[in-house]
Amino acid sequence: MIRKRAKDRLGKKEARSLFRKADLLGLGSWADTVRKALHPEEICTFVVDRNINYTNVCLNRCTFCAFWRDEGSEDAYLLDRQTIFRKIEETISLGGTQILLQGGLHPALGIRYYINLLSAIKASFDIHVHGFSPPEICYIADSSDLTVRETLSILKASGLDSIPGGGAEILSDRVREILSPRKIKSSRWLEVMEEAHRLGMRTTATMMFGSIETDEDIIEHLDAIRQLQDRTGGFTAFIPWSFQAGNTELVQGSGFRIQDSATAVEYLRVLALSRIYLDNIENIQASWVTQGLKMAQVALRFGANDFGSTMIEENVVASAGVSYTVSMKDIIHSIRSADFVPAQRDTYYNLLRFF
Amino acid sequence: MVPLKIKNKILGGKRISEEDALLLFETEDIFTLGALACHVAEKKNKKKAYFIRNRHINPTNICVNRCRFCAFSRSKGEEGSYELTLKEVISRLKTQNSKLKTAVTEVHIVGGLHPEWPLSYYMKMLSSIKKHFPALHIKAFTAVEIDYFSRISGLTLSDTLKAMKKSGLGSMPGGGAEIFRESIRDRLCPEKISGERWLEVMETAHKTGIRTNATMLYGHVEDIADRVDHLSRLRSLQDRTRGFQAFIPLAYQPRNTEIEGSYTSGIDDLKTVAVSRIFLDNFAHIKAYWIMLGEKISQLSLKFGADDIDGTIIEEKIAHSAGGLTAGHLTAEQLVNLIQKAGRIPVERDSFYRVVRKYT
Repeated sequence: MIRKRAKDRLGKKEARSLFRKADLLGLGSWADTVRKALHPEEICTFVVDRNINYTNVCLNRCTFCAFWRDEGSEDAYLLDRQTIFRKIEETISLGGTQILLQGGLHPALGIRYYINLLSAIKASFDIHVHGFSPPEICYIADSSDLTVRETLSILKASGLDSIPGGGAEILSDRVREILSPRKIKSSRWLEVMEEAHRLGMRTTATMMFGSIETDEDIIEHLDAIRQLQDRTGGFTAFIPWSFQAGNTELVQGSGFRIQDSATAVEYLRVLALSRIYLDNIENIQASWVTQGLKMAQVALRFGANDFGSTMIEENVVASAGVSYTVSMKDIIHSIRSADFVPAQRDTYYNLLRFF
Repeated sequence: MVPLKIKNKILGGKRISEEDALLLFETEDIFTLGALACHVAEKKNKKKAYFIRNRHINPTNICVNRCRFCAFSRSKGEEGSYELTLKEVISRLKTQNSKLKTAVTEVHIVGGLHPEWPLSYYMKMLSSIKKHFPALHIKAFTAVEIDYFSRISGLTLSDTLKAMKKSGLGSMPGGGAEIFRESIRDRLCPEKISGERWLEVMETAHKTGIRTNATMLYGHVEDIADRVDHLSRLRSLQDRTRGFQAFIPLAYQPRNTEIEGSYTSGIDDLKTVAVSRIFLDNFAHIKAYWIMLGEKISQLSLKFGADDIDGTIIEEKIAHSAGGLTAGHLTAEQLVNLIQKAGRIPVERDSFYRVVRKYT
């Protein structure tokens, strides 16, 4: 499972100077070469899945998030079992292989809720459950007085297959203190992932950049992910995406200006750097949800080899004012017209279907 | 791979051939292509990238042509058709100016070929805008409209253009060029003037002292050879007149049109900008029009040879009728930010690329 690291692995110092000084096209060309060496077939994969955000009630209230609500709020919701099942049925009928089950930290939900939900899903459907990012895992653990490891074991036994890499934001506690003071700290995020990997669960890793972090923070983030991957090999993919400023408190309150958001050039620079630096992670996802399809196509030449998910439903980014309506047909066409071969994959990046 | 021979030509400042351009379009090495295009762009414009404070006015969407790729046009009497009176044109400019801290310096006017409006209507439009806003530059009427005005008035092209200039026309946009090759035009816009006629109108405009832009609408039914043919005809005319200011490649928008199809790929957009920059060695400016490319690809175009991202563009209608995915306008601050983040020096320009303000 553990990938061999590159022979001439980039150090933190080198990465920093590369990131600061290299021209966009030079960086892109390097990342493209790295990507080609790892994925010479020129295939770009995607997974057919649906985001099911079971609740928007969240105690964390992160300043960069436009999705959360307080429990008593008028548009707060908790999906009932029937609704979740219907969404899964629809996903399967659309050729979906996975659901991404994520939600807020709801004060009324304990581990019982999750055990029952997972077992019920698994009893009724043959579908991969990719669910509960580290903040949710920690919340479930804390509210039930369990360790992270115990929580993960219980959820795994109830039917949880893998864990999404959300909630990483930037793995710098200085930045987290401002962005998401109530969210778990960097070390806990990494701890959840390490425990999950040790229990044999694969996970992804993300990074949200383009808010108030420095170049240094980005490098530290990549380095923390790379070090953990050296130990466990459990990450399937890395997904950098840029902060979407609309409707968020960070923009309304803190003096962060929308024009400080990452532009296309910065997105591609971070993507390319990630591909170069993370020599032990097989797959890098382009984020069409935050960047649009044209940029995702360009991203395939700046280090990405995967289009992520078809996102039959996406609530979180849409609530921050970004919404690209995209069908599987659009995704297949986009990959093809960027001169790559589109292929549907499963959660573990096994190829399922060509078009 | 970009063939060494072509690379050397470009770096040596030599003109590339149509065959070379075809090979550049086919290369996978977008990084070298982008670097070469940037080299050419920087030789012409240093690190500068331009924008303008402008707005669009489309006086009518009623059009006798009804091109198959167009989602904007309507027939007279059809639901959704509209026509602005002169008063409405002026009042739009007024309300809008009163809302902005800094006034726009240019208005861009293009519209349908209206079956009833006479030439005098357009002349009056120009002169009353000039009367109310003497400092405002009017960039108006594509070659297709000028040809139409000459036909409905019985004047020669040259006289039509002179009349327009006298009424206040400052320069002309480059629309209506689409793809020059006849076989493509037959499928795309059979009622529109031919490529030859478009070039003739532009040549006459240049000789009348009217500077113009040139465009190419790509990504529909044409192939790469059609694009190179198009660029080549523009380059030849520019050799004779030097009247073109900017070349603007326009990515086709597929929604609500009769030919449908799909959006161009971001990679194709960037390559098209780059090859245009390299091939059109006699054009001072390549514009990455963000309305059609999206602000992200437009910004990246600055790394692929473009030196202009158009402007603030208040009230865009034509691309948005066809599923343009961009916002309706951007502020000058947003444009400056996009340019700076691409490592260029933002320059607000006037309609002739003179510096209004340099942002350092």
